[in-house]
Amino acid sequence: MSTATTTEAKDLAPVSAESLAALLVAGERPPRPSALSASLTFGWRAILKIKHVPEQLFDVTAFPIMMVLMYTYLFGGALAGSPKEYIQFLLPGILVMSVVMITMYTGVSVNTDIEKGVFDRFRSLPIWRPSTMVGYLLGDALRYTIASIVMLVVGMIIGYRPDGGVGGVLAGIALLVAFSFAFSWIWTMFGLMLRTEKSVMGVSMMVIFPLTFLSNVFVDPKTMPGWLQAFVNNSPITHLSSAVRGLMAGDWPADEIAWSLGWAGLFVLVFGPITMRLYNRK
Amino acid sequence: MSPTPSRSTSGLAIETAGLVKTFGETRAVDGVDLAVPAGTVYGVLGPNGAGKTTTVKMLATLLRPDGGEAHVFGHDVVREADEVRGRVSLTGQYASVDEDLTGLENLILLGRLLGHHKKAARVRAGQLLEAFGLTDAAGKQVKHYSGGMRRRIDIAASILNTPDLLFLDEPTTGLDPRSRNQVWDIVRAVVAQGTTVLLTTQYLDEADQLASRIAVIDRGKVIAEGTKGELKASVGAGSVHLRLRDPARRPEAERVLRLALDTDVQQEPDPVALTARLSGAGDSAAEQASRALAELARAGITVDNFSLGQPSLDEVFLALTGHDTHEVPDAKEEAAA
Repeated sequence: MSTATTTEAKDLAPVSAESLAALLVAGERPPRPSALSASLTFGWRAILKIKHVPEQLFDVTAFPIMMVLMYTYLFGGALAGSPKEYIQFLLPGILVMSVVMITMYTGVSVNTDIEKGVFDRFRSLPIWRPSTMVGYLLGDALRYTIASIVMLVVGMIIGYRPDGGVGGVLAGIALLVAFSFAFSWIWTMFGLMLRTEKSVMGVSMMVIFPLTFLSNVFVDPKTMPGWLQAFVNNSPITHLSSAVRGLMAGDWPADEIAWSLGWAGLFVLVFGPITMRLYNRK
Repeated sequence: MSPTPSRSTSGLAIETAGLVKTFGETRAVDGVDLAVPAGTVYGVLGPNGAGKTTTVKMLATLLRPDGGEAHVFGHDVVREADEVRGRVSLTGQYASVDEDLTGLENLILLGRLLGHHKKAARVRAGQLLEAFGLTDAAGKQVKHYSGGMRRRIDIAASILNTPDLLFLDEPTTGLDPRSRNQVWDIVRAVVAQGTTVLLTTQYLDEADQLASRIAVIDRGKVIAEGTKGELKASVGAGSVHLRLRDPARRPEAERVLRLALDTDVQQEPDPVALTARLSGAGDSAAEQASRALAELARAGITVDNFSLGQPSLDEVFLALTGHDTHEVPDAKEEAAA
């Protein structure tokens, strides 16, 4: 039996040398987990964090509600005659905008996490290297889904009626979540690259504001100057919001879906490897 | 220490040659050579900023060396990083567990990442919590744990899969003496099962308690290496502190001590106190001290109080480098000395 453990038995049970020894010998090492299994385990970690700190769902509940209400009543009368008519056009777009905006928190959480000791442990494990990052994004995909549902419910309360029915709505959300998952690799990259949480926030804002506002989320780009149309019409956010709008309205906008998925693939191909390079070098 | 089964064919758990890591202008690790026998506790002793953590991080595949080579159980830490990761485990200087999760969740998470199925991971986590006396705290978030509990959960996570080599980076820094003793007990239990432990520490007595060989690191270089005995012989066995009854007899006592011990004797600010450094070679510290006391008694000098001090890390550094752990003279010129 170990020594010097009599007095502290009150507050902390003693370490049991025998059971410790038994555990150490008993340890038959299982085969390594698959890439999928490791990623899902990290996704589980992200969900546990939400469970312990539910306040972090604020940005996927209160923020989206605010976005829907604010823009519907702010622009509705001026742009479409009434908020009720405008919401038909706006909701899929504001959904895209809000969820894509929420993705930037990924960078902040990667950045705050990477400084902690637990990251050293993860990085010294014999597992598929990107699984840590994929885990974040899987956890975040859940947050994007929650945000989408919240916005849809609010939208329907104030008059949004998707012609695409349940199927169209689900397809729209699925596309949006898939795109956001891919887009988030930009943030994992910044989260690893920049030194402080504040700088991650700052850079994220610089990227996200022009990208989401300069799109067809609020208005038809036809009234914009030519140079701006050139940007807006080719923006991934425009393609995505057209695709989601189409799907929720019951159409099958194949081109826009293909563009959205193409952009998504490009984001993963470019920013995934950069993220992993930074991760391995950290 | 009892002989332990070696898991390496070469008998060396770690072998490095000329390991270098620079951060900008600073050479954090500047040509470190280590040979760590498998199945033992190897102590890396040094002050803050000596390069201990950087060395551990390179060995644990977390940092890429800028020069030199390092092998863990014969595997190159850069080219065969994955092999190395499969055999080592790391307890970093700061808690290497997720503070937002509970102790149980942390261990299940690790178990799953190490390939255990859900049920097996849960069982193993429960057993570890039990063995580490943390069953009552299993459902609490680690951020609410005390320092001693954090260390336990951290080490529990590190031995989940019984690693061949365990890195413990300053495992007792900031712990109270009781928790420190408990960590020492854990380390002894782990090494008794055949795991090699590389322990970094700032405390000489910790290295003394646990390690069979010790490397002393200063400014990125190994300045001394050997068994505890060898190291102590080069440093001195510590010092004896005396308090006399009569301050007027201090000069006389000082003379007696100098003759009896053949060493430096220092007058302390306290007018009745004296400190004598003991020699590391020859007689043990206790023998030297009793000789000193006997001589003082014969001279009729009354000693009120007496204590025997281990050499401090400061003294080790003073003896080995000529500077103490706090002053940082210009590195480039001093390095040649």
